[in-house]
Amino acid sequence: MFQVRIHGRGGQGVVTAAELLSVAAFDSDLHSQAFPSFGSERTGAPVTAFCRIDQRPIRTREPIAEPDVLIIQDPTLLHQVDVFGGLRPSGKVLINTTRTVEQLGLGELLERSEPPTLLTVPGTELAREHLGRALPNAALLGGFAALTALVTIEGVERAIRERFAGAVGAGNVAAARAAYEFVADEVAEVAGA
Amino acid sequence: MLRQIEGSRAVGDAVARCRPEVICAYPISPQTHIVEHLSDLVRTGDLERCEYVLAESEFGAMSVAIGASAAGGRAYTATASQGLLYMAEALFNAAGLGLPIVMTVANRAIGAPINIWNDHSDSMSLRDSGWIQLYAETNQEAVDLHVQAFRLAEAVSLPVMVCMDGFILTHAVERIDSPAQEQVDAFLPRFEPRQMLNPDEPLTIGAMVGPEAFFEVKYLAHAKQMQALDLIPEIASEFERGFGRASGGLIRGYRTDDAETIIVALGSIMGTIEEVIDELREEGHSVGALAIKSFRPFPLDEVRLALGAAKRVVVLEKALAVGIGGIVSANVRMALSGIELDGHTVVAGLGGRPITGRSLRSLLLEALDGGLKALTFLDMDAELVDRELRRAGSGAPPGPHAESMLREIGIVAASSH
Repeated sequence: MFQVRIHGRGGQGVVTAAELLSVAAFDSDLHSQAFPSFGSERTGAPVTAFCRIDQRPIRTREPIAEPDVLIIQDPTLLHQVDVFGGLRPSGKVLINTTRTVEQLGLGELLERSEPPTLLTVPGTELAREHLGRALPNAALLGGFAALTALVTIEGVERAIRERFAGAVGAGNVAAARAAYEFVADEVAEVAGA
Repeated sequence: MLRQIEGSRAVGDAVARCRPEVICAYPISPQTHIVEHLSDLVRTGDLERCEYVLAESEFGAMSVAIGASAAGGRAYTATASQGLLYMAEALFNAAGLGLPIVMTVANRAIGAPINIWNDHSDSMSLRDSGWIQLYAETNQEAVDLHVQAFRLAEAVSLPVMVCMDGFILTHAVERIDSPAQEQVDAFLPRFEPRQMLNPDEPLTIGAMVGPEAFFEVKYLAHAKQMQALDLIPEIASEFERGFGRASGGLIRGYRTDDAETIIVALGSIMGTIEEVIDELREEGHSVGALAIKSFRPFPLDEVRLALGAAKRVVVLEKALAVGIGGIVSANVRMALSGIELDGHTVVAGLGGRPITGRSLRSLLLEALDGGLKALTFLDMDAELVDRELRRAGSGAPPGPHAESMLREIGIVAASSH
């Protein structure tokens, strides 16, 4: 089983991101389960959502305490909330930011014995460019597809279009595609290094 | 059709396939996306020949359902938590009048303190209202149980509550096989009311009944629930034949056959429990699990048969009967009367406290070692309780407990876990 935890703030589409990811996994004929951290959502408050992906039906329903992958939609959470709590050894982290891992002050994470793969993607900027709004969730899913190959970018695009019609759907798809390519380049760089 | 969909929306679609004629609901919290989705389906015409009534309260919503059902309509509503409690008086009336209303209860805690999260306090507090109570383990089962519920309600002329865990199921997006209209039409015949208000042939439904017959009329609901004990498995088998999957029934055992220790539970926690049972089995422990799917009527014989050969029974429940402990376990023990075994009550998950596989594993290992107490509160911070009790007993007016205990753990207001 593969477990994803998404951190962001109310209004950034955190719960929608987990749901779209589960639809993209369904598109690849996988079983998946998306659910929010239950609470009274308020705009700007830290929000967490979860997605499990597996080849067989998923039975467990507890919150994800030990994720394989983290998606950080809002980098201002990095030093406010324990977003890295329980991250599995050699896990993967995708952070929405224009800064580098070093600039974010996360260098010490890389000094762990089995360090995570930390990648960044300017999701908000890509969303502004392609969607005209600072909503990075769909773009980050494109990045996720490149980072994990667990879902396909086509699956992510179909999931987005199924949820958002017209220009909003098209803009989100373009942002996801751009983020996919951005992260794919980073992954190739890491593999080549 | 296989879809990746939110539990609430899937249930809304399934209810629509059952062709309800009146849906009434009170739309504010605590409410689910189920009735929101159904109101959309009525508005867009996807659900035809159905009136959607916006009620002024949950008491009003259940009263509308009673009126609609008495007028011969197939009636549906949904609620949870305080909303269910606000319906309480009307719930007893619906059952006493024998009206086959179907209602989803998206299980949530009951205040005070205010809490919107999941546990079973709401439906458990109305277990004796005369309604049949079915508990869904998964969203697929929640979908399927609604189709079965209309059939059952109309067959025995009693209202049915389909209980599904609030948030844990209602807000989870997962793979669902949604029943097709033709399948549901073949399974669920048109509603033929057994009693009907009709201006052309006036009659009274709900007359006053004195001591000369109240007892007997009241007893009818019990007699019908006893009939339901036979009907529930029959309907579940027929459903399986028609839809190609098992859903519902009275109970479901998981690796119970030769199990010395069996954990009993209701609802969505069964999935996490199954994972733990598999782990422990692999390590050589003789453990199994039993889901109770029909809590009212309570399947005494089936539970006795499933648990009677075990050495130890652990009942995990998401509600607390203050002053005694367990609710489900009291019923389970009645099923086991005369049988010697170790019985344990575990209260867990109150107010949305996550029930983790890790905690369940420790709990079962403790039970296997013989160290589990008769009544346990899983993952409750007993230290925090003790400190508050000491503070309250110190002489000075203690003030409100909830606020003081939140301060103790460093939280100024309730937040998500």
